[in-house]
Amino acid sequence: MAYIPHTEKDRQEMLDVIGVQRIEDLYEAIPQDVRFPDLDLPPALSEMEILEELQAYAEANVETRHFNYFLGAGAYNHFIPSVVDHMLLRSEFYTAYTPYQPEISQGTLQVIFEYQSLIANLTGMDVSNASHYDGSTALAEAVILALHQHRFKREKVILSPGIHPQFRHVVRTYLQGLNLEIVGDENLDNGQENLQSMIDDDTTLVAVQYPDFLGRIYDFSSFGEAVHTAGALFCVVVNPLALGYLKPPSEFGADVVVGEGQPLGIPLSFGGPYLGIFATLDRYVRKMAGRLAGETEDSRGQRGYVLTLTPREQHIRRQRATSNICTNQGLIALASTVYMSAMGKHGLRQVAELCYQKAHYAAAEIDSLKGYRLWNSDPFFNEFVISCSHPVAEINDYLLDREIVGGFDLGRAYENLKDHMLLAVTELNSKDQIDALVSALKEFDHA
Amino acid sequence: MPEALIYELSSPGRFAVALPESDVPNTPPPDGLEREDLPLPEISELDLVRHFVRLSQYNHSIDTGFYPLGSCTMKYNPKINEVAARMPGFAFAHPLQDEEISQGNLAIMYELQEWLMEIGGFAGISLQPAAGAHGELTGLLIIGNYHRDRGDFARTKMLIPDSAHGTNPASTTMAGLELIELPSDERGNIDLEKLHAVCDDSLAGLMLTNPNTLGLFEEHVQEVAQLVHDCGGLMYGDGANMNPLLGIVRPGELGFDVLHFNLHKTFSTPHGGGGPGSGPVGVAQHLVDFLPAPIVDIVEPGDEEIPTFGLVTPQKSIGRMKTFHGHFGMHVRAYTYMRMQGKSGIRAIADHAVLNANYLRVRLRDAYKIPYDRVCMHEFVMEGKWPDTPDIHALDISKRIMDFGFHPPTNYFPLIVNEALMIEPTETESKETLDAFVEAMLIIAEEARSSPETLRSAPHTTPFGRMDEVKAARELILCCRPAYIPKA
Amino acid sequence: MDYPEDLRYTTNDEWLRVDGEFAVTGVSDYAQDQLSDVVYVEVTAAIGETLAKGDAFGMVESVKAAADLYMPVSGTLTEVNEALSETPELVNMEPYTSAWIIKYQITDPSQVDDLMDSAAYVTHLKGKNS
Repeated sequence: MAYIPHTEKDRQEMLDVIGVQRIEDLYEAIPQDVRFPDLDLPPALSEMEILEELQAYAEANVETRHFNYFLGAGAYNHFIPSVVDHMLLRSEFYTAYTPYQPEISQGTLQVIFEYQSLIANLTGMDVSNASHYDGSTALAEAVILALHQHRFKREKVILSPGIHPQFRHVVRTYLQGLNLEIVGDENLDNGQENLQSMIDDDTTLVAVQYPDFLGRIYDFSSFGEAVHTAGALFCVVVNPLALGYLKPPSEFGADVVVGEGQPLGIPLSFGGPYLGIFATLDRYVRKMAGRLAGETEDSRGQRGYVLTLTPREQHIRRQRATSNICTNQGLIALASTVYMSAMGKHGLRQVAELCYQKAHYAAAEIDSLKGYRLWNSDPFFNEFVISCSHPVAEINDYLLDREIVGGFDLGRAYENLKDHMLLAVTELNSKDQIDALVSALKEFDHA
Repeated sequence: MPEALIYELSSPGRFAVALPESDVPNTPPPDGLEREDLPLPEISELDLVRHFVRLSQYNHSIDTGFYPLGSCTMKYNPKINEVAARMPGFAFAHPLQDEEISQGNLAIMYELQEWLMEIGGFAGISLQPAAGAHGELTGLLIIGNYHRDRGDFARTKMLIPDSAHGTNPASTTMAGLELIELPSDERGNIDLEKLHAVCDDSLAGLMLTNPNTLGLFEEHVQEVAQLVHDCGGLMYGDGANMNPLLGIVRPGELGFDVLHFNLHKTFSTPHGGGGPGSGPVGVAQHLVDFLPAPIVDIVEPGDEEIPTFGLVTPQKSIGRMKTFHGHFGMHVRAYTYMRMQGKSGIRAIADHAVLNANYLRVRLRDAYKIPYDRVCMHEFVMEGKWPDTPDIHALDISKRIMDFGFHPPTNYFPLIVNEALMIEPTETESKETLDAFVEAMLIIAEEARSSPETLRSAPHTTPFGRMDEVKAARELILCCRPAYIPKA
Repeated sequence: MDYPEDLRYTTNDEWLRVDGEFAVTGVSDYAQDQLSDVVYVEVTAAIGETLAKGDAFGMVESVKAAADLYMPVSGTLTEVNEALSETPELVNMEPYTSAWIIKYQITDPSQVDDLMDSAAYVTHLKGKNS
């Protein structure tokens, strides 16, 4: 019985105090016909035994330590400084609960406040919350904020087709209980002009991605103005790491900035847990869902932090809450706070620039190969699309034999992008690795 | 003494992490899109480490002391879980890499799915939801879609007991359903008569936490399920209070059609200061097709014993509730925990959780009023007030508990008990710890009469005193900027 | 607790003062006491907007609760108390005078008679708390 400290003597003494003979007697209220089922579960393993078993499972996967990855599409292999994990392993951080008792939770609360500050400063916005589950649910929450802002009098949402396909799917799933018109992403070719023509006075929110799912970066300044002229809210979905190098979306007039925070010091971990970034302007703060840490003073005159604006939240407003969210991503927000602080003003800029430089090198080299062509000439950050002469699955199989994990098969997400590959390059891809990728692609085409 | 903010520890030119120079030819920055200023901290590694280590020391945590927060199941977070989650194959695999090179991870998810279904009595399950509230919304969407799929568009109402956790009504609104509140009876159960009166064909279902938030097993749960099913509704179970049911009864066999588990409560994954959680949703056979996509299944049986696993989309899936597959890092931890408990351990968890809770209940019942004083499950609620001390509230008792090195119980929830204190010890606490907690609570009850000011001005020994929440809400300061940015 | 006799009251704890064709509304002493320290007052309706009796026009927020506000009678909004954005605590200090929340033109004067007077409100509150 792992982690259960009771001895037979303890149990007996406690049963005597309670006044029953056996523990079974405490289950009177459970209907007899279904009580004490015989569960089909394996027998217990000791810690020694389980390590062996887990090792076997873990090794039955390819991972970034042993293969060179050029796969992105919403999750990226970035360098994580050693300090990050060491802070996550502090007992007081990871075995603590939500800071509802601020006197004994100032560690967690101040970290949340610092996280909020770093995200606000990174995105150029006024305020950030303590995080959502991931980028996709943060986008869904942005739509909810806009709906509340317009008091549900506007029910049309415009999503750029450049937004991650899974994000758009989540928005539709999440909000299916409300009768919204969600348009804009029917056609991959719907650029700023097309989207702009769809904006009317029933539009509550217009969202774009920067860099977009296909890696492209655009200036959205005049687009943002058009959204505002129609009285709608402008949401920009970001890769926060790119903001180390690129203009923040506040300069395009964004009302809400959301994004996937995984690039900020969070391991790939086969898809989660990740980090939903949500930042906005002061005027929307009371409509923003999620936890918020605010600065104040304690009874002894010391500066301290406390969860604030809680009446917006589910545990007080209940059915009139702006959202049902209860958790933030706690420990993951801590990880990104340590990462952003460790990388800092210079490091984050440097990392982003390395990604940009290496990706452009890779793109140029691959574009010069026979059988592969850079699909689009728009500016990009660290991901780009290559049109191939063969199915992407075949190319990736070939690469795998050379210990390379190739890019994302875009045919899986966009009808008219079969045989197109989305390649991501990060600071962890050395020039040698990139050259090896290029050689392998060249060889594949010959064969 | 308070810790400085990260920006206050910054100094221009300092850095912690150095990166290698670029090893590729230079490409000029994108036209007009290059960032001019990046207002992030500039701090050395040692200062950074000291900052966060000192901050951590201001927290109470399970690893520091007893944490009897009702409804949160603050059990010990095993360290082996942390070792497991960090194994490279788990930590450094990309969610979109081919399934054939992710068989280890898919196998872990598959096994976890199987075990949770077995424990819950369900025919299908999704590991995708990120937390309990997320699982609730998922479950409600499944229920709504099920009805509509059968051509029944009239079912728009969801019944929720007045003792329910706030996420329940909030999730209901998000799912586009109308909420009807159900009162509890004097024994803390659902009032069957009142339930009968509202069961009609506009009912989508009923959301029930069992045991409920008073820690009491719903005595007529099978009748409740029968009534709801008879009028065509479905039963949603909030599995936050699953701890005392492990190996004792399966919610699926009590009549629940869908239920969310909380891996961060029942299955020992760490609370992390507020997250991340993980809220898998289990369903009965008739709802299996509606689960969010993707789920893990065997796609090829395989010659020897090892099948091939893959990600599949249920036929009538409600859609996708988040990117990728769910909180895999938590799946690994929960898997590890359950593998170490095994069949006998799973049952022992419930037994000792219930034993500990009843032990505390009986030892505290004379000093504190317990409004529903019958055998409880894993938690119980007592009133944080006495008739002879009108100036003492649950809040004061809670603040004083901190001076004894314990985290206070859950305050002011459920709403149906005045000045509620909800206590859940969990099974990982020893008798010695429980006895020490009882001692402290008895002293506090005595102090309430002999020196009430001690309670009202508590806590005294913690690093910080009570926070001015009014000031925080009135003068909203939600972020700090580096010193060189002028204030707005 | 104070319940001025010249005012009318609703079951949602708003008060109404008639001023010719116009009305003034805020929240009662009982309401501010229940809420405790008020930190924010929001009026969601716009000047010139006509609302029916029972329509939501705003919200009062404290550290522990957020209470929605509903029109005691139908009316067209003419003025909003700007002082409350700077000093929301006026709701606790002077709920009936300086912490008025909205002024509006009454559409149907007969609706005023349906509201409780001071004595009826006091009785209603006693019933609530027993």
